[in-house]
Amino acid sequence: MTTEIKAPQLPESVPDGTIATWYKNVGEKVARDDLLVDIETDKVVIEVVAPDDGVLAEILKVSGETITSNEAIAKFEVGTEEGVSGSPSAQVKAVSNETVSAPTASESAALSPAARKLIEENSLAVNEISGTGKDGRITKEDVVNHLSAQSSTTPKSNEGGPAQEVSISSEGRIEERVPMSRLRAKVAERLLTATQTTAMLTTFNEVNMQPVMDIRAKYKEEFEKAHDGVRLGFMSFFVRASIEALKRFPAVNASIDGNDIVYHGYQDIGVAVSSPRGLVVPVLRNADNMGLAGIEKEIRNFGEKARDGKLAIEEMTGGTFTISNGGVFGSLLSTPILNPPQTAILGMHKIQERPMAVSGEVKVLPMMYLALSYDHRMIDGKEAVQFLVTIKDLLEDPTRLILEI
Amino acid sequence: MTKEYDVVVIGSGPAGYHAAIRCGQLGFSTACIEKWQNKDKKTVFGGTCLNVGCIPSKALLDTSHKFIEAQHDFETHGIKVSAVNIDVPAMIERKDQVVKQLTSGVAGLLSGNKVDTYSGTGKVTSPETVAVSDPEGETLELRAKHIIIAAGSVPIEIPPTPIDQNTIVDSTGALEFQEVPKRLGVIGAGVIGLELGSVWARLGADVVVLEAMEGFLPAVDRQIAKEAAKIFTKQGLQIKLGARVTGSKLSGGKAKKSVTVEYTDSDGEQKATFDKLIVAVGRKPYTEGLFDSSLGIELDERGFIKVDEQCATSIPSIYACGDVVRGPMLAHKGMEEGIMVAERLAGKKAQVNYELVPSVIYTHPEIAWVGKNEEELKAAGIDYNVGVFPFAASGRALAANDSEGMVKIIADAATDRILGCHIIGPSAADLMQQVVIAMEFSASAEDLGLTMFSHPTLSEAVHEAALASLGHAIHIGNRRRRA
Repeated sequence: MTTEIKAPQLPESVPDGTIATWYKNVGEKVARDDLLVDIETDKVVIEVVAPDDGVLAEILKVSGETITSNEAIAKFEVGTEEGVSGSPSAQVKAVSNETVSAPTASESAALSPAARKLIEENSLAVNEISGTGKDGRITKEDVVNHLSAQSSTTPKSNEGGPAQEVSISSEGRIEERVPMSRLRAKVAERLLTATQTTAMLTTFNEVNMQPVMDIRAKYKEEFEKAHDGVRLGFMSFFVRASIEALKRFPAVNASIDGNDIVYHGYQDIGVAVSSPRGLVVPVLRNADNMGLAGIEKEIRNFGEKARDGKLAIEEMTGGTFTISNGGVFGSLLSTPILNPPQTAILGMHKIQERPMAVSGEVKVLPMMYLALSYDHRMIDGKEAVQFLVTIKDLLEDPTRLILEI
Repeated sequence: MTKEYDVVVIGSGPAGYHAAIRCGQLGFSTACIEKWQNKDKKTVFGGTCLNVGCIPSKALLDTSHKFIEAQHDFETHGIKVSAVNIDVPAMIERKDQVVKQLTSGVAGLLSGNKVDTYSGTGKVTSPETVAVSDPEGETLELRAKHIIIAAGSVPIEIPPTPIDQNTIVDSTGALEFQEVPKRLGVIGAGVIGLELGSVWARLGADVVVLEAMEGFLPAVDRQIAKEAAKIFTKQGLQIKLGARVTGSKLSGGKAKKSVTVEYTDSDGEQKATFDKLIVAVGRKPYTEGLFDSSLGIELDERGFIKVDEQCATSIPSIYACGDVVRGPMLAHKGMEEGIMVAERLAGKKAQVNYELVPSVIYTHPEIAWVGKNEEELKAAGIDYNVGVFPFAASGRALAANDSEGMVKIIADAATDRILGCHIIGPSAADLMQQVVIAMEFSASAEDLGLTMFSHPTLSEAVHEAALASLGHAIHIGNRRRRA
């Protein structure tokens, strides 16, 4: 019985996807749940597995072709040789596009020791290599071939990896031409859209982090003990301060949808997390319902998932406000770019001790610059400034958070 | 009287009994026909392998090896023994017991898997019928949806030395000597000739092996073959290459006590006299009386039943496997073919991997190999890396005082995929088997190098040979430095 393998229903914000790598060839026998093909979208890589035991009869969309939701991508001959055929249902698993350089534990199990080693040494993505070993296992030979294909001057379209071209200019200087990966191209497009279609500007302020630091120093251990080993970081304070400020300045928590402004009655805070493949922004849903511990725990989870490349699409879409922390990399001051369709983004920076004037005296305080980039079409200058001052006030006197003043 | 079956298997040797048992396991109504009878005129299963091949020869090889150890090697260990003697009839009797145990084992397995057995000669009379003629001449017809021919092979006879199973014997007769021949001639320095020659040489016979070809063990990797020739000669086997037997004469009156063999070699015509002569020049497929030519089953130019990669003959309902079809005449190849046919009948997509059929010569040291050797790769223009590890550098081998030989692993120079493994040494077959498994998974030499091996074992030699191919073995010097 022949059925169609369809591309999965893509999420609302994802218009189409690209076939990345086919792992099985036409005519190849597959077992139920065997990985057939990877589909790359703007946010994640989706795995499509075999719905049943059978044979991959025909590939309708080859590597590199664009597909839309539920589009047929292959024909599948269901049935084991005993003639038993089950009812086909294409199963889909979403896997974050931020794959890591080291294969995950479950991926490692199917790799031979030498293959695993070579993959790690060359920071390859396991899902970009097709396996020719038994049951599709990736052998050292496969990795070696993959590497030589990547470094050869003729681009190979069936590998799924970017084709690179190294040339020598007339002055004898080396140029390397690499087409953008789909993800990077999409990110580039969104950034351009953000800067071109919004009236974006940034307002700055600074906050004395001493009070928060004092709280952390005093309650750190007790907090960890009480909350399952979750550590009390700075982010939870910032998230709670932001939530409080967003309640007071709804315009900052709004989105533009066409010609409408949508005021959200909840706060979904996107927290920028860095992963080996780049920045990802998982979202704390209904963050108002989370206490400091809950926020820290969730952020910790996101960090782990991002590192393992296991963030799901649903975890990264939506969000009404974003917090980005350039401080971990040492940034003193910056102008974050908006995350459309959000209208504002808060940038945290490095905590740096500076001499400050306090009641006529010079005191050395741990200071952090805050930056709020906002869409001026939506948010007045006054609102933006006051929003940021509110955050500053809440952080400099955390008691205000409890009192909601 | 006609009984109907899903499958009728002709022959209960390795290929036949594997096919029959698997068919039984898969739910087919199965019959297995066997014509072999033992000395007591009882039908016994297991074919050549169990009765007059693999098993009895290994039994005698092991007995004779222990004899040699007691006689020559115990001293080194500090074990003092006085004169060591061999009671040949007792040795033969033990061998018979082992064979008996295994043949009844197969009988038990066949009945346990609900396979009906028939004693007699099977003949395919039509694509759906097989006639069984028992020794008394009674014929029975069996109807079958599928027929699997596993009739096996028999030793090749050559006109200059007709077999009388007394003075001039084939492999079967060579397993039945009641005393150690003083002078033993062996025609054919192949696997069987070397094994049987070894048995009797160890027990005291003066053995001369006459090989018509110029090369020794041409199918074996050259380095291994050279080492083997050296070792066997040291053991007392006199191997004469390029010696073509032209005639023989029995003498000694009615008792036929000896045979004089005429042969030609590079020096001209020669003569040699032996008390016993083993003809071990090879085996040929056995299809006598198996079917009428009118049936349409094709044979190839060497007399094997023509089959495709899945052992199907030109007739849709008839399959053939084992020694009666193309390919190395090895029991394990027949076994896996029998399984493949049975599973294919059940709709499974089984396929024998003919690229990875391992071979073994059960001399001591044992010789075992799988995959390609250096000569084959050179001829094919394939670039390769080689790693050789001598057992002389193996702690386990030295502790056992059994350190002749080496492990050789050959891997593709570009991808490091293991292309071949060749071993001469203790437990060569078992060591090589590990590499067969690795090769089934397209493993690289580095994969073996990254796998932990127990210490101290003989298996470590495999590990070190793999490392050697990568240029960084630990327990031997590495000639070429490679990352």
